[in-house]
Amino acid sequence: MNYLEPLLGGILIGLGSLLAMAASGKVSGISGITARILRGHRGDTAWRILFLVGLISGAGLVFLTKIGWQEYAIPGGRNLVVIAVAGFLVGLGTRVGGGCTSGHGVCGIGSGARDGLVYTLVFMSAGAATVLIWNMVNGRTAL
Amino acid sequence: MILLGGVLFGSGLVVSGMTDPSKVIGFLDFFGQWDPALAFVMGGAVITFGLGLIFLRRFQGKSSSINLPDLSSSPIEKRLVLGSILFGIGWGLSGFCPGPALANLAALRAEALVFVPLMLIGMFFAQRVFGLDR
Repeated sequence: MNYLEPLLGGILIGLGSLLAMAASGKVSGISGITARILRGHRGDTAWRILFLVGLISGAGLVFLTKIGWQEYAIPGGRNLVVIAVAGFLVGLGTRVGGGCTSGHGVCGIGSGARDGLVYTLVFMSAGAATVLIWNMVNGRTAL
Repeated sequence: MILLGGVLFGSGLVVSGMTDPSKVIGFLDFFGQWDPALAFVMGGAVITFGLGLIFLRRFQGKSSSINLPDLSSSPIEKRLVLGSILFGIGWGLSGFCPGPALANLAALRAEALVFVPLMLIGMFFAQRVFGLDR
C-alpha cells in the first residue's frame, strides 16, 4: 500500500490552509469559505473566490499531469440520486455543524482545538456508521 | 498568496487520493476492508498546519503584517454535533466532502456536477431556515 502520496498530498493541503489563513486572517475551512461566498459578504468575498478558483485549478492541473488521469467509479451501487441526497446533507450538515474536514479537521485539530477534534470524531463516526449500514443493506461486507 | 494557497490545497487533494470517493469510502469502512491510507492525508495536513502555525505565531510576534484568526476551542454545542452527524452521513453515502467535491468540478465528473449544486442548496437552506451566521 502506498502511503507516500497520501502523506505528500496531506502536507500540500496543510500548506495551502496555512497560506490562505496567513494571507486572509480567516480560518480556511472549505465549507465556511463556500457558504460565505454564497451569502455574499460585501468586500470579503474576493479572497474566498480566489482561493476556490485556485483549489479547482490546482486540482485540474494535477488531474491533467498526474500519474495519469485516474478513472474512478462510485462504489457500492451509489447512483446519482444518492449522490444528490448526500450533497444536500453535506451542505446542510457542514453549516449546522460549523465546519467540514478542513475547518474542524485540519485547522481545528492542527491548532490543538478540542472542539475541532470532537466534531471531526463525530462526523467520521457518522460516516463510518453510514458505510457500515449501506454495506449491510446492500449485502456487501466489503466494497 | 491566496491563489497559491488554493492551488496547493487543490493539488494536495488530488495527489493524496481524497478526490477518489472509493478511497474515502474505503477509509470509512472501519468494520469491513478498512483502507488506512487516507489517515496519512489527515496526519500530514494536521502536522503541517500545526507546525506552520507555531512558526507563524512566532513570526507574528515580531511583525504586525500577519493577523492570525482566533483558533481557540469553543464549548461543544448540541447543534454542531447534530450538524456534524448529518455531514458524516452525507460523507459516508457519497465519499465526498466539500473540498474534494469542488476539486472534482475540474474533471467535470458527473458526480461532482450533481453533488456541488445540491451542497450549495443545503448550505443556502441552512442559512435561510436556521438563520446560521457562522
